Amino acid sequence: MEFAELIKTPRADNVALHRPFYPAVEGTLCLTGHHLIFSSRRQDNAEELWLLHSNIDSIEKRFVGSLGTIIIKCKDLRIIQLDIPGMEECLNIASSIEALSTLDSVTLMYPFFYRPMFEIVEDGWRSFLPDQEFELLSSVTDEWRLSCINKEFSVCPSYPPVVIVPKSIDDEALRKVAMFRHGSRFPVLSYYHKKNGMVMMRSSQPLTGTNGRRCKEDEKLINATLRPGKRGYIIDTRSLNVAQQARAKGGGFEQEAHYPQWRRIHKCIERFNILQESLIKLVEACNDQSHNMDRWLSKLEASNWLTHIKEILTAACLAAQCIDREGASVLVHGTEGTDSTLQVTSLAQIILDPRCRTIRGFESLVVREWLQAGHPFQQRCAQSAYSNSKQKWEAPVFLLFLDCVWQILRQFPCSFEFNEQFLIMLFEHAYASQFGTFLGNNENERSKLKLPQKTMSLWSWVNRSEELSKFQNPLFEANSLVIWPSVAPQSLQLWEGVFLRWNRPSKFLDEAQEEMISIIRYNKELQAKVNALRRQLAEMETDERMQENL
Amino acid sequence: VENVRLLDRLSSRKAALGTLYLTATHVIFVENGSEARKETWVLHSQISSIEKQATTATGCPLLIRCKNFQVIQLVIPQERDCHDVYISLIRLARPVKYEELYCFSFNPKLDKEEREQGWKLVDLSEEYNRMGVPNNYWQISDVNRDYGVCDSYPTEVYVPKSVTAHIIVGSSKFRSRRRFPALSYYCKDNNASICRSSQPLSGFSARCLEDEQMLQAIRKANPGSDFLYVVDTRPKLNAMANRAAGKGYENEDNYSNIKFQFIGIENIHVMRNSLQKMLEVCELKSPSMSDFLWGLENSGWLKHIKAIMDAGIFIAKAVAEEGVSVLVHCSDGWDRTAQVCSVASLLLDPYYRTMKGFMVLIEKDWVSFGHKFNHRYGNLDGDPKEISPVIDQFIECVWQLMEQFPCAFEFNERFLIHIQHHIYSCQFGNFLCNSQKERRELKIQERTYSLWAHLWKNRADYLNPLYRPDHSQTQGTLRPRMAPCNFLYKFWSGMYNRFEKGLHPRQSVTDYLMAVKEETQQLEEELEVLRERLANLQKSQLNDNKVKSKRQDRSKELGLSTSNNSLANTPQEYSNDLKSFPSRSPSQGDEEDSALILTQDNLKSSDPDLSANSDQESGVEDLSCRSPSGGGCLPSEDSGKDSDEAVFLAV
Repeated sequence: MEFAELIKTPRADNVALHRPFYPAVEGTLCLTGHHLIFSSRRQDNAEELWLLHSNIDSIEKRFVGSLGTIIIKCKDLRIIQLDIPGMEECLNIASSIEALSTLDSVTLMYPFFYRPMFEIVEDGWRSFLPDQEFELLSSVTDEWRLSCINKEFSVCPSYPPVVIVPKSIDDEALRKVAMFRHGSRFPVLSYYHKKNGMVMMRSSQPLTGTNGRRCKEDEKLINATLRPGKRGYIIDTRSLNVAQQARAKGGGFEQEAHYPQWRRIHKCIERFNILQESLIKLVEACNDQSHNMDRWLSKLEASNWLTHIKEILTAACLAAQCIDREGASVLVHGTEGTDSTLQVTSLAQIILDPRCRTIRGFESLVVREWLQAGHPFQQRCAQSAYSNSKQKWEAPVFLLFLDCVWQILRQFPCSFEFNEQFLIMLFEHAYASQFGTFLGNNENERSKLKLPQKTMSLWSWVNRSEELSKFQNPLFEANSLVIWPSVAPQSLQLWEGVFLRWNRPSKFLDEAQEEMISIIRYNKELQAKVNALRRQLAEMETDERMQENL
Repeated sequence: VENVRLLDRLSSRKAALGTLYLTATHVIFVENGSEARKETWVLHSQISSIEKQATTATGCPLLIRCKNFQVIQLVIPQERDCHDVYISLIRLARPVKYEELYCFSFNPKLDKEEREQGWKLVDLSEEYNRMGVPNNYWQISDVNRDYGVCDSYPTEVYVPKSVTAHIIVGSSKFRSRRRFPALSYYCKDNNASICRSSQPLSGFSARCLEDEQMLQAIRKANPGSDFLYVVDTRPKLNAMANRAAGKGYENEDNYSNIKFQFIGIENIHVMRNSLQKMLEVCELKSPSMSDFLWGLENSGWLKHIKAIMDAGIFIAKAVAEEGVSVLVHCSDGWDRTAQVCSVASLLLDPYYRTMKGFMVLIEKDWVSFGHKFNHRYGNLDGDPKEISPVIDQFIECVWQLMEQFPCAFEFNERFLIHIQHHIYSCQFGNFLCNSQKERRELKIQERTYSLWAHLWKNRADYLNPLYRPDHSQTQGTLRPRMAPCNFLYKFWSGMYNRFEKGLHPRQSVTDYLMAVKEETQQLEEELEVLRERLANLQKSQLNDNKVKSKRQDRSKELGLSTSNNSLANTPQEYSNDLKSFPSRSPSQGDEEDSALILTQDNLKSSDPDLSANSDQESGVEDLSCRSPSGGGCLPSEDSGKDSDEAVFLAV
């Protein structure tokens, strides 16, 4: 298919662009296969706007006489408006945008066409390999092994080719366990707590069904992670009720009788359309232009967004608490183990593991616990807050995770190497990107699409010093401790950097940020100067002493 | 009273055992056991209510709510003791004479001269000079020299130059409580001014020539503008109701060239109830997000804060952008008027955003113009209907502005919180009584100390590291976004949940940056020394041992004191399930846990005089209690071993 077929009017003049915080400008609008490009005609200070079609969540058209107006709502929550003279042109452009923003073939997406303009220092596709992760692990324990059982994605389609499992469990047993778990997602290692050797595993629900099926190998596998005489916790991210209902569909939960060394805790984390609706309502509230204070708070409340944040954080804290404070191992699962499970396991690691609070470590966490763990990004992030599709697959699971990270970052502003911008950047790229990183739903699909060969990795771009400097937190001081966030409602706030980004001018806050950076930069400069002088003095003094001695 | 338990508000299972003492000025709770004595001091004047609850098996619970939003829950073993404590506290918390207040016995060991210097720190006539009055348009009037015209006004009042004593007296007779229009803020750049008064006694049709002349004179004192805004900060309905009582508002037809404007700020009773409702929300034990947000909205508190801000923004805009003078009043002109005038001044003039300027502002718009501190904050036993968080709301407005303009204020959040604390503490004489007249009669300046001197002495603790006098954000008028940015107004947990340290960010950016700045200063000094030495060395090539040792001393001082920055903590109760987990090894006994809890509790207790020192101490204690090897502070008291299965299933 040629993109040209979809573009009936590639260019329109005298278009007025309205966007947040800027006065309207007039200019020329161009459509290409992947971008909507607007450039103002002014010679002196030409303004340009490049918008990826894949960033467009929904569009609306309106007509007043022959002047058409297109309102474009983006996945990054921005809203822009284009006034296009000429009804036909406007209609053509609207229908082109609509078609181009909803291409159904992944291989037509921009990452397959994007050619980087920067020098690639490090191939991001090879930055975070499971072998490296395992190497780190084997330096502290030899109880685990790397299994290649899923090499051809034959055992579990949503798992990566290699996974870390207890050494004592062989591949044959794993195959049996896979049969007993939803989507074949057998329990694998998610995190090893060096301090006390406790571990966190994740999986999907066991397929016990109504007649209480059991699987000896499954029991053996998870018991293999316990120390003699110790118990573990199973954190089920569904309410007991939901878990019980799952039995009717062949799913279920671990029965006490068959897992006597494990205590099960149910923590209800919502999924799918409940989350999607929550996001839609929240963004609606944030965009509400009414002057009424009460309406704002009740709309914020009604969106339930912060309630979801609180639930997810609480479950993650609980998992971390079991591991660090109770000295117990933990298994986390919900139904499929691809959504709420990953929220809990990845947040628990941020709480427990200082490495995950560095830029590199956080990237590695996203790769391990989200991309390789098979969170279906393509389905979940197909639409954002302005979608009106009733598709069941969309849900801001990853955005909620990022929001939770932001909440912890806000409570521990000096313990993270990255800043808020880093999280916002990940949010944007998860929904629309020139990079291939977040395409596909799992490693299997990514390998079939040959993404590493055909597209550029986000990490190749981010991990260059020019980019990294934007994402560094000036206040960072390595903190090797476990950080326990507060989950009280008073401690949780709306993430303004994302949700009010286009409604609230941030000039003064940006200035504060700059001031902060300059205070710290000046301090570092002085430190360097003082050190240099000290060295110089020391040298001179030794010279002198030597002369004296002579 | 011994064997008293101090309960933790966040977790019913953490409690500290100790001894309760009542002194003439404080309630003191001293914890047993722990090496460093953990003490909680509460001033009697901070107590807002005491509640005796139904006796339980463990003892008799006593709930003390404080005006600085601390809530203390005690359990006293004997009913009798509890009753005695209750009765004593009720008496002690409600003194009937000013002389009983703490400030008359508080002695910070300063001599007479220092005390006098302290009171001179804030000088209002200097402030009016700074604004640029008296000048061609404004004069100082001595008409109220002996409080003869208005007993709640200061002796020195600024009025338009063309106004005679006759006009002032005439106008005062036409205004509630004789609070005639007087200057609050004058803008040198464009001659526009903010004046304040009480409501006119206009009823349905009354007029007063002198009052009309007064307003005309105010308008003419600003030659650049041909009209004057009259802002009535009450809801229109309230103002109209006042007409029936012979009071009311200005009729535009009777006054030449005024523009009349209502700005609906609710009265003190509505505000009192609103705060009450919000505090109930803050006190909820483990509320859900919905409980909290719903309760916050239902209290209406942020709506009221926004109304006050909107009024201030309107006035600041009129003065700065339109160059029009404004007369502000409400009913008596000492509550809403004070709020609105001070918010507007703060927006208009960068000086009021400095530490000293902020003290001046409170002294000018609140203390001198007869805001009834004693009645509003219940310093002496009085009518509970007079109590209302009027200045608290102003302080919150300042905080909301600090959140929007992080570089614009010289002071930090702690400064505001400590001022709020001392408005209620009665430790210093500044906020005693209801008017300047009463304070002079009591000889406050000779018998008590000034808070401003105390704060000024410790100003290093109150600095905002992001403030720079030459920063663009610091300059000129602040222009906050008005509606529709409702989301700009946020719940201030630093104030209303001040004593629940566990709810706040665990690392303070302010403290971190202050430490960096301090180090920077040391580095600058060292750099200077080093350069000097280098120059000397190059010159003389002589080895100076003295300087060398000095340098080594210095290098020891360097290095950030990271202790403040890496505060960690203990987990909250994330789940009720864990409490009944039967696998707890007996070695993790109660002793270890409770020791940890003791440290915790102390963090949440108040430091009596709020000196910065004790703040820092608690920071250090924070560190001591977060040692990762600590036994954890998971609940251990419950003996629900038998029912654990049920509990798991129930969740």
